[in-house]
Amino acid sequence: MTDVFTARHVIEYPGGYTRSVGPVIGRFLTGLRDGRLLAVRLTDGRVLVPPTEYDPATSATVAAEGDHWIEVGPRGTVQSFTWVSQPRKGKHSLDKPFAFALIRPDGADTAILHVVDCGRADAIRVGSRVAPKWRPERTGSIADIEAWLPLGDGEEPEPAPLHVPADDEGPVTGITVPIRLEYELTAGIATTRYLKGLGEGRIIGGRSPSSDEVYAASRGTDPKSGEPTSIEVEVRDTGVITTFCVVNVPGLSELAPEIPYVSAQILLDGANNTFFGLIRGVAVDDVHMGQRVKAHWADELKPDHTSIQWFEPTGEPDADYDLYKDYL
Amino acid sequence: MRDVAVVSFAYSNVARDSSHNETEMIVPVLQEAIAESGIAHNDIGFVCSGSLDYLQGGPFAFVAGLDAVGAWPPVRESHVEMDAAWALYEAWVAIQTGEVDSALVYGFGKSSPGDLHEIMTLQLDPYYVLPQWPSMVDLAALQACAFLEADGATEKDLAEVAARSQRNAQDNPNALRKGSITAADVLKQPVTHHPLRDADVFPITDGSAAVVIAAGELARKVSKRPAWIRGIEHRIEAHGLGVRDLTRSESTRAAGEAAGVASGNVDVAELHAQFSHEELILAEALGLDATKTSINPSGGALAANAVMSAGLVRIGEVAQRITNGEADRGVAHATSGPCLQQNLVCVLEGE
Repeated sequence: MTDVFTARHVIEYPGGYTRSVGPVIGRFLTGLRDGRLLAVRLTDGRVLVPPTEYDPATSATVAAEGDHWIEVGPRGTVQSFTWVSQPRKGKHSLDKPFAFALIRPDGADTAILHVVDCGRADAIRVGSRVAPKWRPERTGSIADIEAWLPLGDGEEPEPAPLHVPADDEGPVTGITVPIRLEYELTAGIATTRYLKGLGEGRIIGGRSPSSDEVYAASRGTDPKSGEPTSIEVEVRDTGVITTFCVVNVPGLSELAPEIPYVSAQILLDGANNTFFGLIRGVAVDDVHMGQRVKAHWADELKPDHTSIQWFEPTGEPDADYDLYKDYL
Repeated sequence: MRDVAVVSFAYSNVARDSSHNETEMIVPVLQEAIAESGIAHNDIGFVCSGSLDYLQGGPFAFVAGLDAVGAWPPVRESHVEMDAAWALYEAWVAIQTGEVDSALVYGFGKSSPGDLHEIMTLQLDPYYVLPQWPSMVDLAALQACAFLEADGATEKDLAEVAARSQRNAQDNPNALRKGSITAADVLKQPVTHHPLRDADVFPITDGSAAVVIAAGELARKVSKRPAWIRGIEHRIEAHGLGVRDLTRSESTRAAGEAAGVASGNVDVAELHAQFSHEELILAEALGLDATKTSINPSGGALAANAVMSAGLVRIGEVAQRITNGEADRGVAHATSGPCLQQNLVCVLEGE
């Protein structure tokens, strides 16, 4: 089946995902802002960088204050590396090929994952000596080190440019991490069939061969039995309000009308599941369970949810409660 | 402890399923596993699944999977945001409580709709690592680099693993990457993520798997040769890559020891090695001898790796070989997290 619908989908947290870092990570990040690599000496003498709130071996608490905090580096040694030939735009800090490496700063017993800017894949090896290239403007994040640079024998690391604190600057307490993921989702056979129906002014459902129950807008299965709803069945665009909600919150979606409005579950004639819709053409106070309604279709039909704009009362007598009591 | 056995197994993999939504993708696999179990759908005592919402990019995306289960009358159900091998562990525990005698375990996921290598970055430390966006392949390559440096193994050893996987996979209809190739052929490929080549990295896979497990007499009644779970354990290591010894897998060793891997012959082992070097690290951690144990006869995860079901597939592959008499005792392994952070080991045996 080649004509299954697909949709582009993006997950993004506008402005980035904000995180509180706590006092231990905060102290390390504050150190980066100051142009220093801070580490903690654990009870067994090992020096942990970057610090965590706990000893990774014993889970013992690592205090945010105390003389177990020491400075390590800035020189470091590459423990392992890989080459990134195609940087990811908007994600990686460098826009040219670089290495990811585990780097053990001098004086530490653990390694920090970071970027090495060494120009070529063959300019780095296990054991390479490197040192941080500090950003001039630092905010207290892991990216305050732009990259680590190869360090020749006897070569002195470049010191961090001085950080001039703002008057109200305190320790780092949080970071912002932009996250964006892109997808191309597949609607699947049943959903595509349903959406195409909407484009033709029809509501398409399905049922499994072993059941009489019809599911409108199904994902392709009878949810009671798990069997495929392989038999296509058209249901009516009229039905009964089973339950509803008066919405008093504005701006829930672009399609949402002025508040207050009503959203409802509707048992469509010929279906055995309820269908979500807005109710219009009636005063909010006059909407009630059992009310008969009919779909109001858009003037221009499209194979998507905009084709049914809302449902409105038909004026028929209310349905008996027994008819819809199993769908509440 | 109650005796619990795998009594049926089904799975399906494709490179890109652009026809079906996730629910539609799962249905045939669930139907096959339930039918083959010999246990009526409504008699299955517990349902547990493993999946990852980020693969679909929606919250609670796993709930739609229940449409494929047939959850009416209401079923006893649970879900783990992990590979379904861990769902099987939960189901095994549920049977141990004595409240149920059987369970349906399934895992599913499409890796093709998004950028899997990037999605997996979201499981990392959000303060020090995530903001730098290393991909899961970048991290595996760091482990491979450390392993080769420490172990004395070479890229040729990795290529041997990759080539054997593709050769073994030739008989497996659910394998995506297969062929009659040699290590020399692999070594001709360019290095894409030093020191790894394409053949050292699992192929992007959409797929699902389902297993039915049952206790004692029920298992004996429905299966001609139940694959008994003799031990199942999982262990985890620190999440900070820089504090771990990446050249070995202590968590796999500890899980294997607790599961009793060494207390009998291992005829077959299915290891959830998503990268060539991981198989070498895992085989060492489990004390496997390649001259006595058939390692990844299905082709393993290098042949197909449907995220969230590929670990369960390892258990199913071993169980199937026991049930059909090819093997008497085997070891299955599943992994989760970056660079083999968390590992589950399951020892299966026939009677």
